[in-house]
Amino acid sequence: MLRIPCPFCGLRDHTEFVYLGDATIEYPPLDASEEAWFEAVYLRKNPRGRHFERWQHVHGCRAILIVERDTLTHEILGARLAHGPTAEALA
Amino acid sequence: MTGYRLDEGGAIERSEQRRFSWDGRAYHGFAGDTLASALMASGERILARGFKYHRPRGVMAAGPEEGGALVTLGEGARREANAKASQIELYDGLKAFGQNAYPNVRFDLGRVNDLLGAFFAAGFYYKTFFGISGKGTWEWMQFEKIIRQAAGMGAASTEPDPDAYDIVHAHCDVLVVGAGAAGLAAAEEALAQGLDVILAEQDFALGPALLGAEGAIEGEDTAAWRTTRLRALSRARILPRTTAFGLYDGNVVGLYEKVTDHLAKPDPALPRGRVHIVRPRSVILATGAIERPFAFGDNDRPGVLLASAVETYLRRFGVAPAKSLALTTNNDRAYDTALTAAKAGLKTTLLDVRPVPPEERLATAKAAGVEVFTGHVPVRVKGRSGVEGLEIGTRNQAGEVTPTQTLYREAVGVSGGFSPAIHLVSHRGVKPVWHEEMACFLAGTPPEGITLTGAAAGIFEREAAVAHARAVSEAEGQRLKGRRAEPPRTRPGGLGRIEPLWEVRVKGRKLKSFVDPQHDVTTDDIRQAAAEGYASVEHMKRYTTLGMATDQGKTGGVVGLALLAEALGQSVEATGITTFRPPYTPVPIGAFAGRARAAHWRPTRRTPMMEAQAERGAHFTDAGLWKRAWWFATGPADTLEAAYPREAAAVRNTVGLVDVTTLGKIAVQGPDAGEFLNRVYVNGFAKLPIGRCRYGVMLRDDGLVFDDGVTWRLSENEYLMTATTAHAGAVLAWLEELLQTRWPELRVHVASTTDQWAGVALAGPRARTVLEKAMAEGDVSDAALPFMGLTRAEIAVEGGHIPALIARISFSGERAFEIYVPSGWGDALWRRLTPLVEREGGAAYGLEALGTLRIEKGHVTGAELDGRTTLEDAGLGRMASTKKPFIGAVLRQRPALTEAERPRLAHFEPVTEGERFYTGAIVCHPERIEGHGLGWITGVTLSPAFEGRWLGIGFVAGGHTAWADTELIVADPVRGQNTRVRVCDPHRYDPKGERMHG
Repeated sequence: MLRIPCPFCGLRDHTEFVYLGDATIEYPPLDASEEAWFEAVYLRKNPRGRHFERWQHVHGCRAILIVERDTLTHEILGARLAHGPTAEALA
Repeated sequence: MTGYRLDEGGAIERSEQRRFSWDGRAYHGFAGDTLASALMASGERILARGFKYHRPRGVMAAGPEEGGALVTLGEGARREANAKASQIELYDGLKAFGQNAYPNVRFDLGRVNDLLGAFFAAGFYYKTFFGISGKGTWEWMQFEKIIRQAAGMGAASTEPDPDAYDIVHAHCDVLVVGAGAAGLAAAEEALAQGLDVILAEQDFALGPALLGAEGAIEGEDTAAWRTTRLRALSRARILPRTTAFGLYDGNVVGLYEKVTDHLAKPDPALPRGRVHIVRPRSVILATGAIERPFAFGDNDRPGVLLASAVETYLRRFGVAPAKSLALTTNNDRAYDTALTAAKAGLKTTLLDVRPVPPEERLATAKAAGVEVFTGHVPVRVKGRSGVEGLEIGTRNQAGEVTPTQTLYREAVGVSGGFSPAIHLVSHRGVKPVWHEEMACFLAGTPPEGITLTGAAAGIFEREAAVAHARAVSEAEGQRLKGRRAEPPRTRPGGLGRIEPLWEVRVKGRKLKSFVDPQHDVTTDDIRQAAAEGYASVEHMKRYTTLGMATDQGKTGGVVGLALLAEALGQSVEATGITTFRPPYTPVPIGAFAGRARAAHWRPTRRTPMMEAQAERGAHFTDAGLWKRAWWFATGPADTLEAAYPREAAAVRNTVGLVDVTTLGKIAVQGPDAGEFLNRVYVNGFAKLPIGRCRYGVMLRDDGLVFDDGVTWRLSENEYLMTATTAHAGAVLAWLEELLQTRWPELRVHVASTTDQWAGVALAGPRARTVLEKAMAEGDVSDAALPFMGLTRAEIAVEGGHIPALIARISFSGERAFEIYVPSGWGDALWRRLTPLVEREGGAAYGLEALGTLRIEKGHVTGAELDGRTTLEDAGLGRMASTKKPFIGAVLRQRPALTEAERPRLAHFEPVTEGERFYTGAIVCHPERIEGHGLGWITGVTLSPAFEGRWLGIGFVAGGHTAWADTELIVADPVRGQNTRVRVCDPHRYDPKGERMHG
């Protein structure tokens, strides 16, 4: 069981959350090029080690978090609200 | 002579008899016994038959590593197969049975397999069931049935589990797994530091290895030490009969507690077992070590036990396996067993493979009357149904064995070293590390929050183990308090100088030597796997099935991989060990379900109108978690087939009433709500006037249709979005994701209000008449409430008025109103409208008739919007705005999604009246009835609006215009039926919408 430290609800089981995917993806403007949208929707890295990903606390506060997880050890290294530009949160 | 009860000694209550039955015969044991100890004391030796060869098997161990005595417990729905006799706590009325034998385990016809051993070697199944090339496999498959019947273990009950289980969520500071000396000391120390402690022990007794033990711990007599610790632990949560079956990410531990298995008359209010999901801040693993045997000829005969098991039966249970005993060892531990056996009056012989054992050990043993053969090994067990003697031999430095004589002893105790129980930490991905000196695998460096102590950490000497446990617990306590603490550094040891020994082989002699008695894997099987190229330990395991039985290789695993290493000419370290995975020991599958079974498997969502509907004869069906009225029976003889066309016709001719409470309702509020909806929906929402509704479709990022529904603008900054019943949750989550991650600058808030509103649709030419009669306040005339208009009104019910939101929306294609009231008033609303509807000649209708009406009208639902459909496919292409960008606007333009040949929504009518077809059938060209065809059928109904004919909706390549002059075939290969159909415009019922607008 992964344990995710939700900034609102505290340390919670991952079964309360839903995984929303790679948090490093920047979605382009709605009228951007097909290439830009294709890349954002379909192309994913499969990193070994530290990874930033979005999880929504659907059975809790419903906040979407940016969770830092080690894909090798499943260690959760941190979690913060996804509000605000992604780049700022990842800094 | 076989096993017997000693006159004294052991932690059993000789004054408390326990009566039980074994294979239908009556026996008795004592309180504190296990089934294994009681049967051993009763002189029963053959308790089981081997998996493949049906060789007789008896008790081999005194714990979960039991490889021989697998039995079936209980009867009927409570029959449990493959229980380990050495783990079953004896109680009055226990019923146990032999398994995998005919007619019984003592005389089993299946033993003929033992003579056919050569055919059942490693890889037998893989080689056999491919069949004979060129001759087909049919004949072999007939043999397979027989062989599969013969090879096996116990049979599980096929009835539903009659017992209840609980799932317990627990938190604590420190979880100590294992209540041996180390575990008790660790728990006591943690408690002394003011920490919240849970202590779990798989045995029914705490400190099981201390029972009947001699000597002292920390200067206190062992028994007294144990009692003192248990008293000190009274404030801890102590869970006996509880196995930690898994250690998971986040250091979450799964425990299974047997609650009633040991009770003669369990309280029916108690669950049979509990799964505890524990989230400790620190886990201390004091799980001990498991002795392992080594292989020699016929080492699976009843009467061959692990040496430590012999000691446990003597000390704890006061049972001897026989009058005479040959112990055989490669380390110091078995010397203690020899002393215990000699003291209990057994004629005891000890074979030590080491030519020069420690002098002091040797002297003590000899002084106690133990006959010791140094540099000796067992070669082969004599006796077919149990040990009658042991052929022994000398072993030189090169490992060559020369048989010398046969000792007539009736039991054999084997000690080939110990495997620390590192299974749990391995579950966390910590790789075991080979310790050459101790000839065992120790855990690698565990993650923070997990520590091992005692024998699990390779510290076998009791005093050192207890000291280490205290130090570990102290250090963990400090860490939890935020202080730096140095973990203790204790060197593994306590077994003396161990001489690795895996197998006794004699040149020129063929011996049947078992590595895994549960799966009947022999040393030859492992060599054969190596010879055939299964050089990886993971491949060898799967090819031979070593360690894949119910004990998961707890004893034989290391022996097997050492033999593989030997066969490959490489080190044990280089060969590695297979990965341990949960569960450590089997857990009833029902325990994982807990109370979430049958009706409690998932929640049931009920609309507030359900009761009133049931009173009117409603039959209900599942729609996600919801119960929805399916159809309304007019009497006991009424059927669904008769009801739904009648209900649909009522809507077309007069008026119908349907519960639409289950629709997803999402409040979208804030100054930017209009802009937000404009981006989410394909069509424009920015200019939707207050008091009006609009049908909208939303796409996913990839340009495919996600969901549709009507959104109402209630006020300047306030919208009410409806979503399909099935997608309500996903739509809300999607909106939240967009607002929180992509457009945080938009000042919009969304919230589900599905449960706050109850709603009905009132549809049909007489809908307005009914509504006007029901209203106390408000105006629903065409002028005040045009099509897609929205108004507030009050419905008069007995005793007062209900506030209502009414929208002029139509899913049926008729003049229709959706009326929403606060959910608490849903029942009153339904009860108020039903008689008014019936007075107008109308009827309540259910989900089936709702489907009929929407198929006739050509409205899409989840059956069409299945995640593969584009706007154009669904016939909604013209809705997409060209004036604004929206989610999915770019990727929906990809070439494959814009081909004219894509399947498009259409109606399908049978050419021959009265013929019907079914949902899921394939639409094909008459000349090519094959493959995926040209399309598929998503819904079929008997259609009152189309002369009572069968009508289908679905998709066909190019849409209806491409097939205006061509009859197609609806092919149903499952039912073996082809139906000729005409393809029609799906929007041909009232195409101008005069009925809706009128």
